[in-house]
Amino acid sequence: MMRKVYEILENDARLTPKQVATMAGLPEAKVKKVIAEAEKEKVIVKYKTMINWEKAGDDRVWAMIEVKMQPQKDVGFDSLAQRIYRFPQVRTLYLVSGTYDLSVFVVGKTVQEVGLFVSQKLAPLDGVQGTVTHFLLKRYKEDGEVLSPGGEDKRQPLSI
Amino acid sequence: MRKCTTGRLDKVPPSGIRRFFDLVAGMEGVISMGVGEPDFSTPWNITEAAIRSLEQGFTMYTSNAGMPELRQELAAYLKRTYGLEYDPNTELLITNGVSEGLDLAVRAILDPGDEVIMPDPGYVAYPAAVLLADGVPVQVPTHCENGFRLSGNDVRDAVTSRTKAILIGYPANPTGAVMEMDKLAEIADVAEKRRLLVISDEIYSLLVYDMQPACFACLPGMKDHTILLGGFSKAFAMTGWRIGYAAARREIIAGMTKIHQYTALSSPTMGQVAAIEALRSGEAEAQRMIDEYDRRRRVIVKGLNDIGLSCFEPKGAFYAFPSIKSTGMTSEEFAENLLMEEKVAVVHGNAFGPSGEGHVRCCYATSMPNIEEALTRMARFVQRHRSV
Repeated sequence: MMRKVYEILENDARLTPKQVATMAGLPEAKVKKVIAEAEKEKVIVKYKTMINWEKAGDDRVWAMIEVKMQPQKDVGFDSLAQRIYRFPQVRTLYLVSGTYDLSVFVVGKTVQEVGLFVSQKLAPLDGVQGTVTHFLLKRYKEDGEVLSPGGEDKRQPLSI
Repeated sequence: MRKCTTGRLDKVPPSGIRRFFDLVAGMEGVISMGVGEPDFSTPWNITEAAIRSLEQGFTMYTSNAGMPELRQELAAYLKRTYGLEYDPNTELLITNGVSEGLDLAVRAILDPGDEVIMPDPGYVAYPAAVLLADGVPVQVPTHCENGFRLSGNDVRDAVTSRTKAILIGYPANPTGAVMEMDKLAEIADVAEKRRLLVISDEIYSLLVYDMQPACFACLPGMKDHTILLGGFSKAFAMTGWRIGYAAARREIIAGMTKIHQYTALSSPTMGQVAAIEALRSGEAEAQRMIDEYDRRRRVIVKGLNDIGLSCFEPKGAFYAFPSIKSTGMTSEEFAENLLMEEKVAVVHGNAFGPSGEGHVRCCYATSMPNIEEALTRMARFVQRHRSV
């Protein structure tokens, strides 16, 4: 039941509890309660809007940086990860398996600004063994949404 | 000049929506709730499997009954979903959608003048297919008050010495009605006592809400007397691939296959490959679509009731079938006026049989913003016409 509510809101955060209640087939009061609890427990972290910034004419530079680290005694990767995600330039940070440890998404005004962030802030951190920077060239799909969808309904307007 | 087409065609009335099709085709900004297919594209893994098969050169005919691999997957699917065991070699046939399956079924079992009992309103192809097979459709009225279910008593009353079969299609187009197992059992009881076959069109079987799919052939003793028709079009959003199937006892499938081999030869090969992928790994995507239909269903049913078009709760398919009697219009007037005044396309209920009069079919296989906008326009329309 809670999952139903979360899924509906994840797809459209603007919906009112009344609309969510209709879609989920639940009483409105119940939906309000589920939402309030989820907000309190930070299951619902935030309500936000997905913007296609490229289309909006924004020319910021995004990069995905692979970071290889030395795990630290007792705290593993968490302490270093925390030091990294506190930088406002860091928009997303994941611990991943494979040939590197952290996947860091960084945004800046220019390639140079992102480059400087990596060389002056990220790479010198204790525990960071190496970085590889990939600049984002084009976004095709994000969070399940195709950013330039094919569009029009290809169905016949009426059919039995 | 000598008439060049068969008199059999004259028995089939022209399609009721043809005129609307022409009207809609020339209009801009129409929100269509008049379609009978999903608005989703086929899940990519299914499409991709077909593309790969084309690259590998699978462009030839398959065996008449369909690819053995598909029939095996289908047998496994029917077993795990309904506990039904069909021999993939002799009891399953892959068809060009349920449409062909229906045509094959009636042609395989009917002699001229044989009667087939069916619900009214019902899918438009039911009476047409029977007429084209020289049979006689016997439409049994169903009503909103009974959730548009076919009642065992009504079917019993319609049986004559010429009745050969009962044709049911639940979840139903156009009403969205479903028949629970106990209701289906009433039909089974008549079929058993009067030794009738049952053709069960279960194309919408997976599209049910707040209930489990019900399969007629699961009823005790019914498997041998049922021609189960199913397909991939609706649940897997594969209408254009034209793949369906028939499951029945050996002699019926043999008869249907005989017609199929001379009239269709085999079903599209790439579609069959796609269907294999759908059965192997399409269920999660199908469920995602079903969940979305369910949300839309709740919104449209509430919305229609709120604007004064009373609508019983459809538990299956993707249609709502509200009553438009409060407007004082016939269903054709309602559909035409709504289209011309508010650019919302719905299908008039009498296109599906006389008992569909007083209702319109609204397909909710369209986006939530479209549904909301359509409801806003319909509310305006109803308000305007009620005050007249």
